Amino acid sequence: MTVAGVRFGKAIGTALADAMRADPAVVVLGEDIAEAGGSFGVTRGLLAEFGPLRVRDTPIAEAAIVGAATGAALGGLRPVVEIMFMDFLTLAMDALVNQAAKAWFMFGGQAPVPLVVRTPHGGGLNAGPQHSQCLEAWFAHIPGLKVVCPSDSASAYGLLRAAIDDPNPVIFVENKSLYAAAGELPEPAPSLPIGQARTARPGSDATVVTYGACVATALETADRLAQEGLDIEVLDLLSLQPWDEAAVLASLARTHRLVVFHEAVTAFGVGAEIVARMADVGFDELDAPLKRVGAPFMPVPFSRELEAAFQPNDVALEAALREVLA
Amino acid sequence: MAGSDHIGARVKEARTAAGLSQQALAERVGVSQAAINKLESTPGASSRKLVEIAKVLGVAADWLATGGSGDRPKTSAPDRTAPALPQDQQLELYQRMVLVREAELAAAEVFAAGEIPGFIHLSVGQEGFAAGITSPLRPDDTIAATHRGHGIALCKGVALERFFLELLGRAEGLCAGRGGSMHVADLAVGMLGANGIVGGGLSLAAGSAMAHQVRGSDAVAVACFGDGAQGEGLLHETLNLAALWQLPLLFACENNGWGEFSPVERQFAARIGEVASAFGIESVCVCGEDVAAVAAMTGELVAAIRAGEGPKLIECHTHRARGHFEGDPQRYRSEDDQQAWLEKDPIAYSEQQLATAGVVQAQFDDTRADAKARVAAAVEQARRGTLPTFASARAGVYAPAGA
Repeated sequence: MTVAGVRFGKAIGTALADAMRADPAVVVLGEDIAEAGGSFGVTRGLLAEFGPLRVRDTPIAEAAIVGAATGAALGGLRPVVEIMFMDFLTLAMDALVNQAAKAWFMFGGQAPVPLVVRTPHGGGLNAGPQHSQCLEAWFAHIPGLKVVCPSDSASAYGLLRAAIDDPNPVIFVENKSLYAAAGELPEPAPSLPIGQARTARPGSDATVVTYGACVATALETADRLAQEGLDIEVLDLLSLQPWDEAAVLASLARTHRLVVFHEAVTAFGVGAEIVARMADVGFDELDAPLKRVGAPFMPVPFSRELEAAFQPNDVALEAALREVLA
Repeated sequence: MAGSDHIGARVKEARTAAGLSQQALAERVGVSQAAINKLESTPGASSRKLVEIAKVLGVAADWLATGGSGDRPKTSAPDRTAPALPQDQQLELYQRMVLVREAELAAAEVFAAGEIPGFIHLSVGQEGFAAGITSPLRPDDTIAATHRGHGIALCKGVALERFFLELLGRAEGLCAGRGGSMHVADLAVGMLGANGIVGGGLSLAAGSAMAHQVRGSDAVAVACFGDGAQGEGLLHETLNLAALWQLPLLFACENNGWGEFSPVERQFAARIGEVASAFGIESVCVCGEDVAAVAAMTGELVAAIRAGEGPKLIECHTHRARGHFEGDPQRYRSEDDQQAWLEKDPIAYSEQQLATAGVVQAQFDDTRADAKARVAAAVEQARRGTLPTFASARAGVYAPAGA
C-alpha cells in the first residue's frame, strides 16, 4: 500500500518517530526542535510522544550540541541532531571532523558513533549568504563521515531510517525547497541502503547525475528534451559519501555522455569528484567532454534577481546537455 | 585588573571573588566579623591572621601583604575543607601516583630513544590530579581527558601493557596503533580518550553524561580540561548545556599554570570558579599537591552529582614539571619556575603525610620498585608487539553494519 500526498518534511518526521518507537536509544536534539517542533516543522509532535529526555531543545550552541551528540553516540545512544541551517555547521566542525568522524578509526574500532546530523541546504528563499549554502562536499571530503541527500518523500524516509541505523556519523542533507513537496510513501516504508543510486528516469542518449532538489529539475529538463527525441537518463545519487560509482559508470557505459548537475558551487565540488573518477575509470566510454553544471564561484546573493541568476537551473542544464549531445 | 591598594582592600577583593561574607571568612579564620570589617575598611591595617586569611581565600599571603605585581590573585578560593581519607585509601592513591610517574618517566626515556613516534605530553608533577579525580569513579563512570591524559588513562583502569603498546604504535595497542599518546582511550573502562584538540573532550563528556541520564543510570561523567582550555568557547557552551540539562557531569580543571607556552594569567581573564557560579554550578578549588584532598573533594562532588544535584566543577592547582611537549626547550620559562614543582611534588607530599601517619620508608621504596618493574615489563612487552598493517587501518575507517 502506498500513501499519496506525504510531504517531504512529514516523511522525515515519520522516520524519526518510527525510529524512536523501534529503539529507545534514539534521541533527537537541536535548536527549537521540541517545544516549537523545528524551524521547518519536521519534529512536530515528537516531544509529546517521547518526552523531554529523548526530545531536547538545545541552547544555540552548535559546537556543544554536536559534541555532546558525539559523546552520547559513543555512550551507546543514537542521537539525531538538527542543525537549523547547513551554514551553521561551520560552528560544529571540530565535533564532526576531529571527533565524530575519527573516533571509530582513532580508537582502533572500540565503539561506533551512530550519529545523524540533519540539516537543510540550498537557496531559493532569498535567505542570503549565510542561510543558503550547499556545503555537502566539505563533509564528503572527510574520511569517517557519510553524506546522504534525499530527493523526495520516500527517499527521505528510507535514507533517514538507514542513517539512524548506521554505526557511523551521517550528514543528512535536506533541501529546503523540498519540505513542502508532496510525494508517495509506501506503507510500511522501507529503509534505503546508503551508497546506492537509483535511476530516476532511464534514457539512452546522455546521463545527468544529480541529487536532492536538482533531481526534479533534471526530470523536467529530460521531459522537455524528450519532445525533441532526445532520451536523457537521470541518475539520482541519494548518497554522496559513499557514492555509487558503479551505477554512474554503468550509465555512462550506456549513454557515453555525462553531465553532473548540482546546486552547490561547481569548483571543488561533488561534481568535480564524479567527473574526475569518470575521466579515469570511464575514459573509454566517453563520446563527449564530461560537464558540470553548478553554482558560480561566489557567495549566495540575497536579492530575488541575483539569487535567481546565481542558482543553476533547467536552462543551464539543457545548454550543457545540448553541448555534450552536439 | 590592578591589585587594590591596601591589604584590607585586597582581602575584600579576594573575599568577594570567593563569594564569602565577612562573617564566613571570620569564622574560618577564627576572628570576629568586626575584625574583618575593620581590616577591610582601614588603609594601613594588617592582621596577624594574614596567612590563615590567604589560605581560606586561596590567594598568596604575600599578594595580600604587598599586592605583588598588582595582578589579581590567581587561584579560586577553597570554600570547603576536604574530609580526611582513611590511610589505606591514601596509600592506594600514593601507589597510583607512583605508577603514573614511573610510566611517564619511562615513556620519556623510550621517547628520547626514538621508539615512540610523534610527540608526547607528560603530566609529571600533576599526578595528584589524575589519581585524585579518578579515585571515586566506578567502572561505569566515564571520563574524557586532555592531550596530557596518560595519568587519567592509567588511573581509570586502562591496562598498562596496552597503554605502552599504543604509545609505541603497535597493533595490540589500545587503539591498534592508530591514535598514540594523544588519543589513548579504552571505552570498556569508561576512558573516553585523551584528545588532540584543546577542550575537545568537554562536550564529549557532556554527551556521555546525557547518555547516563537518558538511561536512568546514576553513573557520572567527568570532563577534564586544562587551564589552557578556559578560553575555548566550547567550555562555556558546555557549562551552559550542563547547567540547563542538569547533567551528571563533573568539570575537572587541571590548572598547571601553563597553556602551552604562555602562563595562564596571559590567557584567561576570569576565574573558572566564578564562571561556573555564573551558570549556577557549584565549584571548589583544591591544591593538586594534596592527592587526598583532591580525592576527598572529588568524592563529595561525585556523590552529590550521583544524588541528582547536577553538574559541579573542581579546579585543581598543579605544577607542570616538564615542557608542553617532551623535548620542549622551554625558553619561555625561568629556571626557578621550572624547578618550582619540586616543592609541590604530590608524591613527595603524600610520602610526608603517610610518614607522619607511620608508614615507613621501605614501603615507599617497595611501591616505587614495584611500579618500576611493572612499567619495565610493559615497555618490554610493547617492544615485542607487532606492527600494524596498513590494510587493517585502511579497512578501519568506517564501522561495519551492526557494530
